[in-house]
Amino acid sequence: MDSKRYLPVAVLFGLVVLVQIVISFTGTVYLLTQVTMAAYYSLVVIGLCLLLGYAGQISLGQAGFFAIGGYTSAVISTQNLIQWVDTPLVKGLLWSGMAVERQDLYNNAIVSISPWIAFLAAILISIAVAFLIGLPIIRLKGHYMAMATLGFGIIIYRIVLGTGFLGEADGISDVPGFKLFFGLEVKGSLPLRIQNYYIAWVLVTLAIIISINLIQSRIGRALRSIHGSDEAANAMGVNTSRYKLYTFVISAVFAAVGGAFLTHYNGGIGPSEASVMKSVRYLAIVAVGGMGNLWGVLFMGVLLNFLSLRGYFGTLDDAVFGAILVSIMLFAPRGVLRVQRLQSWLKKLKV
Amino acid sequence: MILTQIFQYCLSGITVGSIYVIVAIGFNIIYNTTGIINFAQGEFLIMGAMIATTLSAFMPLAAAVLIAVLITALIGALIEFSFIRGIKAPSVLRLIIITIGISIIIREAMLHIWNEQVRALPYFTGSEITSIEVLGAHISPQVLWVLGISAIIVLALVVFFNFTLTGRAMRACAANRNSARLCGINVRRMVTLSFMLSAGIGALAGCIISPLTQTQYNMGTSLAIKGFTVAVLGGLGNSMAAVAAGLLLGLLEAFSISLLPLAYKDVVAIGLLLVILFLRPSGIFGSRQASALKEF
Repeated sequence: MDSKRYLPVAVLFGLVVLVQIVISFTGTVYLLTQVTMAAYYSLVVIGLCLLLGYAGQISLGQAGFFAIGGYTSAVISTQNLIQWVDTPLVKGLLWSGMAVERQDLYNNAIVSISPWIAFLAAILISIAVAFLIGLPIIRLKGHYMAMATLGFGIIIYRIVLGTGFLGEADGISDVPGFKLFFGLEVKGSLPLRIQNYYIAWVLVTLAIIISINLIQSRIGRALRSIHGSDEAANAMGVNTSRYKLYTFVISAVFAAVGGAFLTHYNGGIGPSEASVMKSVRYLAIVAVGGMGNLWGVLFMGVLLNFLSLRGYFGTLDDAVFGAILVSIMLFAPRGVLRVQRLQSWLKKLKV
Repeated sequence: MILTQIFQYCLSGITVGSIYVIVAIGFNIIYNTTGIINFAQGEFLIMGAMIATTLSAFMPLAAAVLIAVLITALIGALIEFSFIRGIKAPSVLRLIIITIGISIIIREAMLHIWNEQVRALPYFTGSEITSIEVLGAHISPQVLWVLGISAIIVLALVVFFNFTLTGRAMRACAANRNSARLCGINVRRMVTLSFMLSAGIGALAGCIISPLTQTQYNMGTSLAIKGFTVAVLGGLGNSMAAVAAGLLLGLLEAFSISLLPLAYKDVVAIGLLLVILFLRPSGIFGSRQASALKEF
């Protein structure tokens, strides 16, 4: 195993532990809720970073995939099967653990499909949609790709907003917790705060490891060559459309996983998660993190989402992200955290 | 009976469609001189209507609309001057992201100036209950205003681009920027002018449709994407084809309401956009060879 490759990952996890310890000692454990949510949003951003930063393909539809993940999980895991509980099908599901019995706030018995099944379905549906929509989309360039993904995002938003069983404007609430293994559960209740913080960050770390491996493999080199010049890459024998499609699907899956987990954590999802503005936010974060800079994007993703969730931007929340987009693209198109610039600055300091 | 109903749908389709045409032409004007798709195009319509509603409290409606159009055109010039002009050799990706950012900033500024309330300009003649009977269908006089003014905008642009020196200079920039510069055309000024022009006609379109559809700060995106659908349908840069495409989309949308729930109205238009982009990105009237050479 290449130890140099995973050193930053170890540092990242060290930081995660450090943050938890500091927060616990200073008695500000309530902050962990927002850090956890920011971590789930960062999954979307990491995916978009691969697509936009490495493959150079823009997507304004990431919130759509996030919503597909979240809504699929929510719909399947909140469906009450109590009236069919005596049918062999539901009995079989219960026996095999694919359905679970629980009680709601008013002690009504509920039989619902296990969140594991819901999660699997969320992943499969997001992969299917990403393939279907991705096949034609990756053939488009620049403006057309931006508009097509934007259109996809708006369609998902409209469907979510206008469909009865998706809760229309109210969204879906009362989504149960997601019981993982060893008694771990993705749920937004107070005693589970620290545990959930680590679940989220293990997920982010996994996404980072997958991304690093992707970037430093044959696929990553192919992606960078596509970013440089599509035609040149093609001429060198790189199957550009296949790699672009892979990246598109991977970024969609990252978004869907983030959506599914956050929905279980929040106990619900609303149509605003699918809105165009969310997609623009993800884009802004990738831009300010430096496009093809995984660590910068992760850092900015956590920081900006955390600040936004804590309400530091007040009513200017969306405006801040718009301003970030414009100013970054005007003054520092390579992001504010350019490693090279920092290195040269450090060198000067040494001299 | 059925026939008048169909006629009624047609009229409402053509009315909305003509607004899409104006948005599409706005896209085309800027695209032709700069190669930029201005994602903030829809915001110009809302901005124009918002300014006009505020001004109409102090002055006659016609003056309010006129001043709103002028102010929006100036803001268009300001945007070009402060955001677009300074960039040297920009990549397409960068330009896309900048105009998206601009659209967000305009939208949020409008939210803070005019809050989230739904507003509307008064009807130009009559009120919401006046109606004219045309071949058995009842239409608001505002529909005639929309159709008339849109037709005038299109005709005026045709005259401008074909018979005036400035208009021809702008077309020269569209054909080849460097050659235009060699001919002594001030390309920068033409770019600023194209932003002013497309902001101005956008604002006018926003004003004339406001009594019928009302105006809210966040309606720009869906207008923009439909305008873009029309622009692509007709072939990007081809404004005359956009007229046909816009009426087509308007009709399609009007008839889709009778089949699908209202909430899915946007889905029809955007679905059409995706189909067109996937199957024939050069547009139904455009040439494939020509569009293959263009840079997007």
